[in-house]
Amino acid sequence: MRYAYYPGCSLEINAAAYDHSVREVADLLDIKLQEIDDWNCCGATEYFSQDELTACAVVARNLALVDPQIKQLVAPCAACYLNLKKTDRLMSDFPEMGAKINQCLAAGGLHYDPGRVVVRHMLDVIHDDIGERAVRDKVVRPLTGLRVAPYYGCQVVRPIKGCDSTEYPMMMDNLLKWLGAEVVDYPVKAHCCGGHMTQISEPQAFELIRRLLQSAQDYHADMILCMCPMCQLNMDGYQARVNGHFNTQFNLPILYFTQILGIAFGLDPKKLGFGKELVAAMPVLTAKLNGKLAAAAV
Amino acid sequence: MSEKIGIYVCHCGSNIAGTVDVEEVARWAGKNVEDVAISRDYKFMCSSLGQSLIEEDIKKEGLTRIVVAACSPHLHEKTFRQACENAGLNPYLLQMTNIREHCSWVHIDKNAATEKAKALVAAAAGRVRHQRPLERMYVKVNPATLVIGGGIAGLQATLELADAGYPVYLVEREPSIGGHMAQFDKTFPTLDCSACILTPKMSEVGQHDKVTMYTYSELEEVSGSVGNFKVKIRQKARMVTAADCTGCGVCVEKCPRKVVDDVFEVGMATRKAIYMQFPQAVPRIPVLDTANCTYFTRGKCQVCAKVCPTNAIDYTQKDEIIEVEVGNIIMATGWKPFDCKRIPQYGFGRLANVYTNMEFERLCNASGPTNGKIVLRDGKTEPKSVAIIHCVGSRDTTTNTYCSNVCCMAAMKFGHLVLEKTQAEVYSFYIDVRAPQKDYEEFYQRLLEEGMHFVRGKVAEVTDAARQPDEAGRLIVQVEDTLMGRQRRIPVDMVILMGGLEPQADAKEIGLKCGISCSMAGWYTERHPKLDPVATMTDGIFVAGVCQGPKDIPASVAQGAAAAARVAGMITKGQVMIEPIVASINEVECSGCRICNTMCPYNAIDYDGEKNVSHVITALCKGCGTCVAACPAGVISGAHYNNEQIFAEIEGVLWDAHGNGAATEKEFVPVAAG
Repeated sequence: MRYAYYPGCSLEINAAAYDHSVREVADLLDIKLQEIDDWNCCGATEYFSQDELTACAVVARNLALVDPQIKQLVAPCAACYLNLKKTDRLMSDFPEMGAKINQCLAAGGLHYDPGRVVVRHMLDVIHDDIGERAVRDKVVRPLTGLRVAPYYGCQVVRPIKGCDSTEYPMMMDNLLKWLGAEVVDYPVKAHCCGGHMTQISEPQAFELIRRLLQSAQDYHADMILCMCPMCQLNMDGYQARVNGHFNTQFNLPILYFTQILGIAFGLDPKKLGFGKELVAAMPVLTAKLNGKLAAAAV
Repeated sequence: MSEKIGIYVCHCGSNIAGTVDVEEVARWAGKNVEDVAISRDYKFMCSSLGQSLIEEDIKKEGLTRIVVAACSPHLHEKTFRQACENAGLNPYLLQMTNIREHCSWVHIDKNAATEKAKALVAAAAGRVRHQRPLERMYVKVNPATLVIGGGIAGLQATLELADAGYPVYLVEREPSIGGHMAQFDKTFPTLDCSACILTPKMSEVGQHDKVTMYTYSELEEVSGSVGNFKVKIRQKARMVTAADCTGCGVCVEKCPRKVVDDVFEVGMATRKAIYMQFPQAVPRIPVLDTANCTYFTRGKCQVCAKVCPTNAIDYTQKDEIIEVEVGNIIMATGWKPFDCKRIPQYGFGRLANVYTNMEFERLCNASGPTNGKIVLRDGKTEPKSVAIIHCVGSRDTTTNTYCSNVCCMAAMKFGHLVLEKTQAEVYSFYIDVRAPQKDYEEFYQRLLEEGMHFVRGKVAEVTDAARQPDEAGRLIVQVEDTLMGRQRRIPVDMVILMGGLEPQADAKEIGLKCGISCSMAGWYTERHPKLDPVATMTDGIFVAGVCQGPKDIPASVAQGAAAAARVAGMITKGQVMIEPIVASINEVECSGCRICNTMCPYNAIDYDGEKNVSHVITALCKGCGTCVAACPAGVISGAHYNNEQIFAEIEGVLWDAHGNGAATEKEFVPVAAG
């Protein structure tokens, strides 16, 4: 099946591991990703806090650029996903606003009819469109003995309902089970990581991050798996700062779920972006999976 | 000779007159509709003065047909038919047209609504001219009644009818009657022991000579109509011969196989493979759970048969279909508890010491799994604080939007029991505290005095993820205290979820067997929500108790008694009127193709093999018209709905489109098509 692919800015550099692993896994699962030609930044949280109309127009440009033959768009980043979906929703719920946005798009020779493109997240594409049977069939290295904590964050499950339960989502739990891993059922899997609070107020942000790491540790998880670059950055990039702030000793690898998916599928860890994370994941993986990983050293 | 039609347009106060110019409609009808002798408007046609108007006019003016333009026939067709009858006119020479629900209540544009009302009146007048006098039919009412459901509502209905001397068949799905009330500990607000007030009724029913009980039985099939229903009941195989069993209980005592009791004990205790649901079970006859019996699953054991002193165990017993004939049916099928796992953030099923309300009832109950001691799942630790969360699965757009009626009171009851039996603090988390009935508010005041803490806020989550040292190892309730305007985290040892009431899983299916429907939420639809809560749209089928909507024990008892009273009234009257609005087949022209036989949804058409014609059983016919439409030769006609009448009605509605027909004056400019 063909999908338009919207990587978003984070996946270009910071979350390159996410982009690489998404592409590798998509290839194996026969998910044809066609990157949108000349896509632009979705504005993350910044634009929307300034001017809603401009922000929506900027996002709508991407929707308008989707190949007319393709009906579905996949955005691996949670913020991009939310912004794209939110804009599409606003345009259809508020036709006047939709008309104004199309006026803006017209300046660039573009037009978008709300509802024409269905915005999806990589997780629900794999969970719903590919499904259990197909995923299990591709597993060559079951993740037996690996205790994984699926982390959903906020933006994919809230505020727009429909993609999984808002309070207790299970898609990633299911997916990880299909890979043979031991899924850790810990209580904060859909609690906020702090998002941009790291830029605004470190103590608040660090506390939110600490709670996640603490809970995963209490439940003896080997690693936390994310579906959003911000969440991954917060828990991985700031883990040392959190340790310093609270005098804790967290040493939890934080990866993208597609990276672990790739390992189970027998793909090369290098190609899956391993080594880009700050809290090294390979030592834990090699220890837990008895060294049975692709030979490529990281 | 042409008819003399009387037209009466009702104001219904301002309900109709507020949108429709009723005086204009009456004036217009009098001037423009053919054969109209009288055309009036009046404030309240349904009042005795309004009815007298019709009666006087019929007598004085010799009216032969009546049209009443007012509310829905469901409300007052009977009233106006009676008025006609009082004046000596056949009641089926009346046509009522609805210019309230179908006109004034659904339109805002007064001009358009008035024009529509005129069209409706013209239609009714056109039709009524072709109506013929019809004679009502009467069928005898069988004095026996079927009560489906042996909970408190069903028991009350059963006793009322049986005490009045009428036979009752009581069908109950579980091995014992009693319903959910048998599981409760105490009842609010009196704090009576639930079993103590229930079991006398259960005994009475069990011993009553007018009651035939079928427990461990299901409703299989219902046919017939009011006064004469034929019912098939499936009595499931208990593997015990009831006539020989003395209820001594030795088989239960000696049975080596233990099974988790997830029905009566809500998964909190075990029972044996052969069991009686609870000590006071009626009838006192055990049931063998063949799915979990060692003999049935592996061919070994048979201890129960060996120890039974009267040889009452019968492993060969089969389900039996029993047929009974009754005049009326009372549905009292009750409810099932909301599955608290559907709200995962409250932790039921995941966090050990989160209980549902039903689990807590069993915990408190002296004959429950802990003999009434309030302890945690480890069986010994007494909680130091207990949280009670209201509205779990109720008043919730993601699960059930309705209020389950009883949970606030039950929550207070639980609070009281915890405070009485332990040293624990009790916190109740509510949206509103609902205590509307007699002595309920006083009960709430009592709890406030006893020191129960009431926090107004919907709990966000119950978690074991501690953030401070003093939260470690406890369950934390995270809530916004809306009266304080602050977020609170309250560590407790036990959480009780007040799960809501839901319709039985097969309520819709069972309802369809009897020909009644359910609301969107799944509760049985009563005939009128305010004025007729125990009758249904199907004559002869009544509802009582929670199956009609969440309610407490007093209300269930009242409805059970009310349904019984309605049935008793019909039995006393001895006969019930069948509307003559039935189909009839022209036997001369019928070719015996039998298409109508299979199409009839009420099985009201049979076939005469000798004459090779089909024949309508008028007592069963509901006048739905399916056969009339289906007959390929067009030889079936529906009384009161024949082609002439229907076409005349259509012409009346379109009076302005063709300028002739029922009316002569074109006062309306039709909108151009396209």
